Amino acid sequence: MNKVFSNADEAIHDISNGVTIMLGGFGLCGIPENCIAALVKKNVQGLTCISNNAGVDDFGLGLLLKKRQIKKMIASYVGENAEFERQLLSGELEVELVPQGTLATRCMIAGFGIPFVPLLAGVGTEVAEGKEMVERQGRQYLIEEAFHADFAIVKAWKGDTMGNLIFKDTARNFNAVMATAGKVTIAEVEELVQPGALDPNFIHTPGIYIHRIFQGKNYEKRIEQHTVRKRNA
Amino acid sequence: MALSKEQIAQRIARELQDGFYVNLGIGIPTLVANYIPEGISVVLQSENGLLGMGPFPFEGEEDPDMINAGKQTVTKLPGSAIFDSATSFGMIRAGKVDLTVLGAMEVADNGDIANWKIPGKMVKGMGGAMDLVAAAKNIIVAMQHTNPKGHSKLLPQCSLPLTGVQCVRKIVTDLGVFSITGQGFHCDERAPGVSVQEIKEKTAGRLSIADDVPEMVF
Repeated sequence: MNKVFSNADEAIHDISNGVTIMLGGFGLCGIPENCIAALVKKNVQGLTCISNNAGVDDFGLGLLLKKRQIKKMIASYVGENAEFERQLLSGELEVELVPQGTLATRCMIAGFGIPFVPLLAGVGTEVAEGKEMVERQGRQYLIEEAFHADFAIVKAWKGDTMGNLIFKDTARNFNAVMATAGKVTIAEVEELVQPGALDPNFIHTPGIYIHRIFQGKNYEKRIEQHTVRKRNA
Repeated sequence: MALSKEQIAQRIARELQDGFYVNLGIGIPTLVANYIPEGISVVLQSENGLLGMGPFPFEGEEDPDMINAGKQTVTKLPGSAIFDSATSFGMIRAGKVDLTVLGAMEVADNGDIANWKIPGKMVKGMGGAMDLVAAAKNIIVAMQHTNPKGHSKLLPQCSLPLTGVQCVRKIVTDLGVFSITGQGFHCDERAPGVSVQEIKEKTAGRLSIADDVPEMVF
């Protein structure tokens, strides 16, 4: 078994035009920076991207948007990106907005082998339009389908060569969920270690879900909203 | 005098009870954290995967891996927990979060809420708002009573696309505190110096208000 790749270019070598990619992260927190850069460099086109957000103009998924590599974006919140807005209004970009919990759950059930799930979020709103509903104990639920992606790309803090992952702080977010939902899941990690170096009791994502892993480099980890408090003098 | 944003937050903070798990939305709701009454301990949930959210970090101690749902750098308090997005919305959906405070563009007198989309303008998305309003057992809306044009935001029905149906329980505006009763808005308290007449004029939805409705004290 060899899951280890030497860098992002190799790990994404077979991502081709028109595929569906899931990308972890929340805002710019915990995004797979190395793989995004490699996708920009490879210049694959016509991508459908499933991600909670769409980056900012010059970072994260914004880099793929700027080069018009994304055909369709599935996300819960896409503010903070002027180029996104331009492409959306001009009709160049297709967008499907999904409630955040629904997005997370649709990825989660893919990793649990559950094809669909009844959810309350969006009932009575335009999210419900065209969706099948079920009623239980007097409440209506939307039937929401599992999200499967050709490739899921996640970023973790530490990983071992077996693909076991540990995330750090709120960078876990969608990464741990999407890691389970890819036909091929690629993990980039800040530190790649040998089996045995990570305590099995503290693994967040079991390696069975991870097909490829590499140690990333030069993480920028850009902060979107820099908020601090003053020290008392 | 109508309430300031800080006073709206301060008033909402009085709704907190010891042991509450609370999710605070972006804007005025975030300010509620500054007014948690003494002797009460609450745990703040941030839907990007954090229980036990602390204050902003000291300058120089910001960690890009440590943010809240508004993408602001935050800290974690002793006893906090980190989890993934599915778990986060799982606990919300399961009703484990005691109170959700969020902003709104419009609230209808049956509890419908609209806060995510203005047709014809840029749509940024609903984020976690639809999940929160669908699941939370106790939702308080923090907002201005009227929009910038002076039109009431407490309506017979929402004109904007809905975020959720019949889910809001209470609204705190710059003019007062309002419960949703099944017969429309009921004014529980008015802001200091704000007249019953002004509240009536600025509330478009069904409203019940006593002439001697109590005045808030700060």
